[in-house]
Amino acid sequence: MFLARRELVFARGRFALMGVVVALIALLMVLLSGLSVGLVDDGVSGLQRLPVTSLAFQDGVSKDSAFSRSVVSEDAVAQWADQPGVAEAEPFGNTLVNARTDRDVEIDLALFGVELGGFLDPEPAEGERLAGVGEAVVSATAHEAGVDVGDTLVLEPAGTEIRVVGILAEQHTYGHVDVAYVQLSTWQEAKAGVREGDVVADRVYDEVTAVAVRGDGSGPDLAAGDDAAGTTSMTLEESYAASPGYSAETSTLQLIQGFLFAISALVVGAFFTVLTVQRTGEIAVLRALGAGTGYLVRDSLLESLFLLVVSSAVGVGLGVAAGAAIGSTPMPFALEAAPIATAIGLLVALGVLGAAAAVVRITRVDPLTALGGNR
Amino acid sequence: MTAALRLDEVTLVHSDGDEAVTALDRVDLAVDAGELVAVVGPSGAGKSSLLAVAGALAPPTSGSVHLGDVALGDLPPRALTALRRQHVGFVFQSGNLVPALTSLDQVRLPLTFGRVADPRDPAELLARVGMDHKAASRPHQLSGGERQRVGIARALVTRPKVLLVDEPTAALDRQRSQEVVELLAREAHEHGVAAVMVTHDHDVLHHCDRVLEMVDGRLEVAAPAAG
Ligand SMILES: Nc1ncnc2c1ncn2[C@@H]1O[C@H](COP(=O)(O)OP(=O)(O)O)[C@@H](O)[C@H]1O
Ligand SMILES: [Mg+2]
Repeated sequence: MFLARRELVFARGRFALMGVVVALIALLMVLLSGLSVGLVDDGVSGLQRLPVTSLAFQDGVSKDSAFSRSVVSEDAVAQWADQPGVAEAEPFGNTLVNARTDRDVEIDLALFGVELGGFLDPEPAEGERLAGVGEAVVSATAHEAGVDVGDTLVLEPAGTEIRVVGILAEQHTYGHVDVAYVQLSTWQEAKAGVREGDVVADRVYDEVTAVAVRGDGSGPDLAAGDDAAGTTSMTLEESYAASPGYSAETSTLQLIQGFLFAISALVVGAFFTVLTVQRTGEIAVLRALGAGTGYLVRDSLLESLFLLVVSSAVGVGLGVAAGAAIGSTPMPFALEAAPIATAIGLLVALGVLGAAAAVVRITRVDPLTALGGNR
Repeated sequence: MTAALRLDEVTLVHSDGDEAVTALDRVDLAVDAGELVAVVGPSGAGKSSLLAVAGALAPPTSGSVHLGDVALGDLPPRALTALRRQHVGFVFQSGNLVPALTSLDQVRLPLTFGRVADPRDPAELLARVGMDHKAASRPHQLSGGERQRVGIARALVTRPKVLLVDEPTAALDRQRSQEVVELLAREAHEHGVAAVMVTHDHDVLHHCDRVLEMVDGRLEVAAPAAG
């Protein structure tokens, strides 16, 4: 610490410059993390909050559009309910609709069709639970968008009217639109585009998007259940990929984050390489005077750790402040401690690794070069 | 009594690619505690190589080096580092101070490397070399002579048995050179340090107890020291 502390003070200009770079990277990390979490929330929070372990879709449905393409019958639900390891299995409907309230708020919705009183039927924070046809319980975010208890949602183009009876406590969104829970037959009619006075085929009331399965203990054997029910199962998490745009968005952000990690390791590594090369003569002297390799390596790594920790802390501070400003815009952005801590931890670890690669040079400095001057 | 520093039949061959340079050729040297020995000789004669071998920076190709009773050849690298830290002091050509450190911290530095049995007080030592008024200055704020004085204090703070000094006056004017070598002689005599000083500067030899000459790796007795 003796030497590291004094060198940090002495070369504070250089270290500050490097610190600014690391702080900016950390700031970017925080913003990316906020954007990732925000996009995930927007894309799949409605799915995340389903009390479900797996979903059984139509056999052979494509993975990235399962929610919009899959159709399964009520028979499949019954089959799944009989599988060992299944606590409950219920029909689940999911379709995107355009709506307008009677107070002229335009809103796109993900209609989730569920059985009344079933395990999917949510408990609202405000208003009442679903009690019958033509009723909806909507996401907290729909409330923020101007939808309130007592409003009537008019689905376009069919003109189906649905009354909002409850508001959920949290954000429930799917594919960047707000979730509205409705009773299953209401969902089935909306999906089929039934208008008032239409004669509705019986099969409409037999078709749902998927079987929602809640396992008990170790859970069901998905392959066996699929064989019995003629379905294709995905775990809840696998089904996120079927949310529109979800895979593309998350993989893009992950790529950017990966690049940032690599960049920060390289930048810090390069900085300490230059610093070490500049200090070669000094290091030779220190070794000649009896400084062990451990002392010198510890000293250098402490400097890098200090630099990384302090400047990432500054970056995180700036990021959180920026996040608060962004939070009030419609941008999908949400700061969560865990992903930020992971990203910053990785940033520091990779930075120290980069510095360590430079510090290896210290071990190669020959103390003999401290003497002479004629070579 | 055993000499504080003893080299027996020491040969050092530097291999530089295909070329092999014999920097030291069967050198014998014994320096007693409290003695300041000067080594003169032309550039490239092997003077720095002599200090490197004596100070455990380079192992001899053949022959043996003893610090007191300890044979350096028997020691692993870690032990050699510890031995340098505790028992050897180096003073380099241009001071070679650490740019980030104040004069006082330069002197404290060797005591941070590890345990030292009976160190001298850094502030007191700095006063003794006449640098207490620049205790808070960094090397770039010091003159060449001042840097050498701080370098000498840094070399002495661990109370070394052996002090190895490489051309301490190369960058100094006449007056400063006299003062620096006087200081070295005084410290060697008063603190019983076995000191070897390499120099080009014949004007400072009268401060030394013995003068040896190095020519092509061979160490020979030169003209007796004046005064
Ligand atoms: N690390 C080295 N590798 C190869 N040759 C060296 C090395 N160090 C010194 N030499 C050679 O050894 C000889 C003695 O060098 P040195 O001890 O530095 O002489 P001096 O200090 O008397 O000028 C010179 O010929 C020099 O070129
Ligand atoms: Mg030399």
